[in-house]
Amino acid sequence: MNAVATSASAPANPLDIAYLATGVCFILGLRYLSHPRTARLGNRISAFGMLIALVATLTQGIVAWWIVATGIVVGAAIGIFSARAVKMTAMPQMVAIFNGMGGGAAALVATGEFLRLLVESPTRPPSLPIDQAVTIVLSAIIGSLSFAGSIIAFLKLQEVMTGRPITYRGQQLVNALFALIVVGSAIAVILNQNVEMEFFIAFGGALVLGVLFVLPIGGADMPVVISLLNAFTGLAAALTGFVLANNVLIISGALVGASGTLLTIMMGKAMNRTITNVLFGAFGAAPATESAAGANGKPSANVRSASVDDVAMMLAYAKEVIIVPGYGMAVAQAQHSVRELADQLEKRGVEVKYAIHPVAGRMPGHMNVLLAEANVPYTALYDMEDINPQFARADVALVIGANDVTNPAARNVPSSPIYGMPILDVDKAQNVVVLKRSMNTGFAGIENPLYEDPKTVMLFGDAKKSVEELANAVKAL
Amino acid sequence: MSQHLLTELTVFILAVFVGLEVISKVPTTLHTPLMSATNAIHGIVLVGAILVAGTASQTLGPVLGVILVILASLNVFGGYTVTERMLQMFKPRVTSGDGKK
Repeated sequence: MNAVATSASAPANPLDIAYLATGVCFILGLRYLSHPRTARLGNRISAFGMLIALVATLTQGIVAWWIVATGIVVGAAIGIFSARAVKMTAMPQMVAIFNGMGGGAAALVATGEFLRLLVESPTRPPSLPIDQAVTIVLSAIIGSLSFAGSIIAFLKLQEVMTGRPITYRGQQLVNALFALIVVGSAIAVILNQNVEMEFFIAFGGALVLGVLFVLPIGGADMPVVISLLNAFTGLAAALTGFVLANNVLIISGALVGASGTLLTIMMGKAMNRTITNVLFGAFGAAPATESAAGANGKPSANVRSASVDDVAMMLAYAKEVIIVPGYGMAVAQAQHSVRELADQLEKRGVEVKYAIHPVAGRMPGHMNVLLAEANVPYTALYDMEDINPQFARADVALVIGANDVTNPAARNVPSSPIYGMPILDVDKAQNVVVLKRSMNTGFAGIENPLYEDPKTVMLFGDAKKSVEELANAVKAL
Repeated sequence: MSQHLLTELTVFILAVFVGLEVISKVPTTLHTPLMSATNAIHGIVLVGAILVAGTASQTLGPVLGVILVILASLNVFGGYTVTERMLQMFKPRVTSGDGKK
């Protein structure tokens, strides 16, 4: 469909046949991701499909070879190098930045086509056919929104800028104003007013809007934002497919858009929050800082703290232990030590399982990757729905650096800010051990009644150090 | 709306349904690789980048053209490499006694 003059009876363009093969490879690739066993094969099938599309495209009357070659060589070198070097804890920002690159590319493709259509326009001043105007403007806006938003998400996750929500008075108003500018100039382009200027206003406005909409979103909400930006880039890529009349772009963009949307909805559900609330709520902005400062230190009278040896004994003589890892464990880089501890326990015949909350990391499935890196078998990792009924049978639930996702207040305190959020039923276990640095509240700044439960003991200290000591103590028993 | 646009919309909408169907089968444990895999897939915009930057019209000029192709290739090559790296870490339980290695 690349050529404009396709008629129904004309023989199929070989390029389109190649693109069809690519589309099939992408779908198969995603299909094989349905099991860890076949996932690698899937990724290779998908990469093979990409190769087909690339080779086919390079046969399409390329004249500026040096532009294409330089771009691919430099891009591939940086891409492969950073993909190899990145730490698994930094995966969310890596995905965010790659995502931004894709969005930026989509926006530039739309811009290139826009400029070409202007030059080729038969009328003066130039005008665009409405079909093309709509898809070009949308693709440029969504692409640049995703580009700018992803860069801010990257900077926040990389901690170049603060991970806390950045809010200011009149923020909603400013955002609304920019949204209005973007929508207004987009409509102007579509209605063929002063197209060129309006196009670039829409483009620039979308860049600013991308920055503004991610600024007020805090670190713990990043799983939602990254998924959403992923969906945006998918949509932008699909729109460039409309612009270039290219089916493979439309199909791939649609697949990515569907995936991003699905993940966004799942993450929202896992936090019991609507997407609008995440985007415009600036969750826990001021209160978090206040109560974190207020509740600093002093454990309340009902909190029992235990020694390493007590806890090691409890774990070693248990039949079943469920480990509940949270982002605090990842921050302390304790996942390898956790596996050590689990190994020691399994040697003694203790059954060890891991309970993973959907938002335990900074992006969907992040915690699973971190544990996989530490050689924890994926068969020991359990979803929230699968593990929750098992807590009652577990002798010990060992909570490492997780807080809000274990907070029973989400179940039974309607006034709590996290009320209604699905949690891991840690408090149903026979005994609960919480490894925690201090009695500080979690990111959301909410008290956790789990810590005052008579079944609970606290082991204060750095997660990594505590886990290492536990592993040694179990070994020595 | 032209017939042409309608055909494209048809393809788009059907692909969305295929996407939802296929992706709902991906287990949560693979959601991060899923994201980076779909990330690599939207790198297909590289095809568009090559057509826009490399063919005769070259409306973007050489500098923006190179930047465009760099952005898209970064997305493709980085995306597949990082997905591969993650997926090779996912292993089932090792059956050899001590569970190490």
